[in-house]
Amino acid sequence: MKVSEYSPEEFIRQVRRDGVLLHIGPFSVRVRSSLEDVAAGIHLHYEDYVVSDQEFADFHVTVEPSRGFRKWFHPQVNFIFDGYTPFKPLPRDQAFAMFEWGLNWCISSFAQDYFLLHAAVVEKNGFAAVLPAPPGAGKSTLCAGLVSRGWRLLSDELTLIPVNEPRQVIPVPRPISLKNASIDVMRDFAPGAVIGPIVRDTTKGTVAHMRAPAESVLRGCETARLKWIVFPQYKPASPTILAPRPKTRSFMEIATQSFNFSILGETGFGILKQVISDCDCCDFIYSDLDEAIATFDSLADGQQDICAA
Amino acid sequence: MHLDSKDLLASILVDVAAIKQLGLGQWDLLIRQARSAELLGRLYVLLEERELLSHVPEAALRHLSAGSRVTSRHAELISYEVGQIHKVLWQLGIPIIILKGAAYVLSDQPSAAGRMFSDIDILVPKGDLARVEKALARNGWISTHLDDYDQQYYRKWMHELPPLKHARRRTVLDVHHAILPETARLHPSPQKMLATSVAVPGFEDLYTLCPEDMVLHSTTHLFHDGELEHGLRDLVDIDALLCHFSSDTAFWKRIVERASELDLVRPLFYALHYASRILQTPVPQEVIAQVEKIGGPNQLTLNIMDWLFMRGLRPDHISCSDSFTGMARWMLYVRSHYLRMPAHLLIPHLFYKAFITPLNERKAEKLAVERPTIERLLAQAKTGQ
Repeated sequence: MKVSEYSPEEFIRQVRRDGVLLHIGPFSVRVRSSLEDVAAGIHLHYEDYVVSDQEFADFHVTVEPSRGFRKWFHPQVNFIFDGYTPFKPLPRDQAFAMFEWGLNWCISSFAQDYFLLHAAVVEKNGFAAVLPAPPGAGKSTLCAGLVSRGWRLLSDELTLIPVNEPRQVIPVPRPISLKNASIDVMRDFAPGAVIGPIVRDTTKGTVAHMRAPAESVLRGCETARLKWIVFPQYKPASPTILAPRPKTRSFMEIATQSFNFSILGETGFGILKQVISDCDCCDFIYSDLDEAIATFDSLADGQQDICAA
Repeated sequence: MHLDSKDLLASILVDVAAIKQLGLGQWDLLIRQARSAELLGRLYVLLEERELLSHVPEAALRHLSAGSRVTSRHAELISYEVGQIHKVLWQLGIPIIILKGAAYVLSDQPSAAGRMFSDIDILVPKGDLARVEKALARNGWISTHLDDYDQQYYRKWMHELPPLKHARRRTVLDVHHAILPETARLHPSPQKMLATSVAVPGFEDLYTLCPEDMVLHSTTHLFHDGELEHGLRDLVDIDALLCHFSSDTAFWKRIVERASELDLVRPLFYALHYASRILQTPVPQEVIAQVEKIGGPNQLTLNIMDWLFMRGLRPDHISCSDSFTGMARWMLYVRSHYLRMPAHLLIPHLFYKAFITPLNERKAEKLAVERPTIERLLAQAKTGQ
């Protein structure tokens, strides 16, 4: 059964009562919340995802209002993972965003059978481009642009490489998190895309979520073969520049951007070595989204090999 | 299979082969209980040892193997960290005893397998505490709990320095000079424990406690501790230690004698009592009876302790709790403080922690927000504000 088969009211009731079990990529998440906007946010952004009555869930999560006087005075919400509260509370209007950030935390904390990178990853023609970047580099905007023009979304935030198959990437398609100026950019660039309510004054600024394209969700079980690692940097008024990046520097940067390089120890080192060896690594500076996508398209079509080190 | 879900994890620890009968819903609970009890890695090791991994559903196996990765890494890091500590301290020429988890790794105990480690505990002679602290500080270990009150609490009353954190590696080190606070009611002698300690091969001046003391330290720590969220894990340690050491038949006699000598009979009784009840540790009945006779509680106290500990020793998970679990945990917390400090120190201390400390924390948070950062000052200078 899919989320879209529930009416919004039914769905809100179900999420409030027993919770629902969502299948998101390789994970099953049981989410419960008494908050209407959390359920409504999930109904909007996860409409193509499968819901089941499976008895085993990888993650049991709840988003609930804080108790006591914080229920009425500057109301706050908490993200709770199976009875454990990993974060400080956030303002009430950030409830759905908190669900998303909380889910990121679950995956990056517990999915230790994957090499986990803080990077977006998209696919075309069976090959994956990983976009590692610190916040503010423009990776989410670039990712959102690419998946609005034919690339498949595997993830906008968490790249999962199976420990036992380091040539592959596992999809975890989820809403793309857009910040500040990129919200308006994407509204113009992809007028058909579904963008949820805007939330202001978060620690990341103004935030909204863009629904993952339906095809990315439907193909959520298809892995992709790692081919490119592209380090993006948005630079206003800059020409589009794709240049090879030394593999040594790429290795060090990815190790820094990994959530569990240290936990995986020697295994992690071996995996990263394999990944860097297999992939073409490049730096990418852009200001114009159309030009950026054209560059990526020519990479995917095999017309451009400038990235090869 | 009908199992009381509150005791699901404990039942499986007792009879690992019973996993073959678990439905998917029970696996869901088992994984969650094991995670909250920090026993995922241990469960994986037990299943692997008994060649039962093929009977684990794929969905559950992923979590077990993920837990196992983390614990294997912890064991590696512990060994490395002990080496780093030794490098700094061996020049002082004093005996250093490694305690608890790190000691299990160093002495290759079965209890080390699949274990999570949160910090390293060492025991040094009280007279050398200042030199040890200085040497560690020079090499990157910084004191935590910088609140004046907390510093005094640890140094004056407790048996340890405030926890030290390594500035770069972020690992935590607890430096003890006794195994119980000086304000406590029981007074086991650290000198006696040092006298029977066992040298760690390959490291000069590094020791672990002898088997009986290793068990007694663990039992004392568990039954004097207020925060029992890891209670089941600690009981699993005790069960593993007892099973391993009791292969020497003279062990039981020695531990009873040693407990009397060190004034640690009561916690030993509780450990044997609860380990045999919850984990079915094979403790000879006459040993429990003897320990009870020497220093066990009266029947009323035992009934109360059963009410408290049978709840407190369960995983801190909603599926293991009943309506009294919260109260039981709170009472055990107060009990642990009562055991650590006499009433005339305890009451002001609890008052301070309950009311003054949160106020200080909020004040400190506010200051941190208002204090200008370098970035903000530079930005202001640039825009001429």
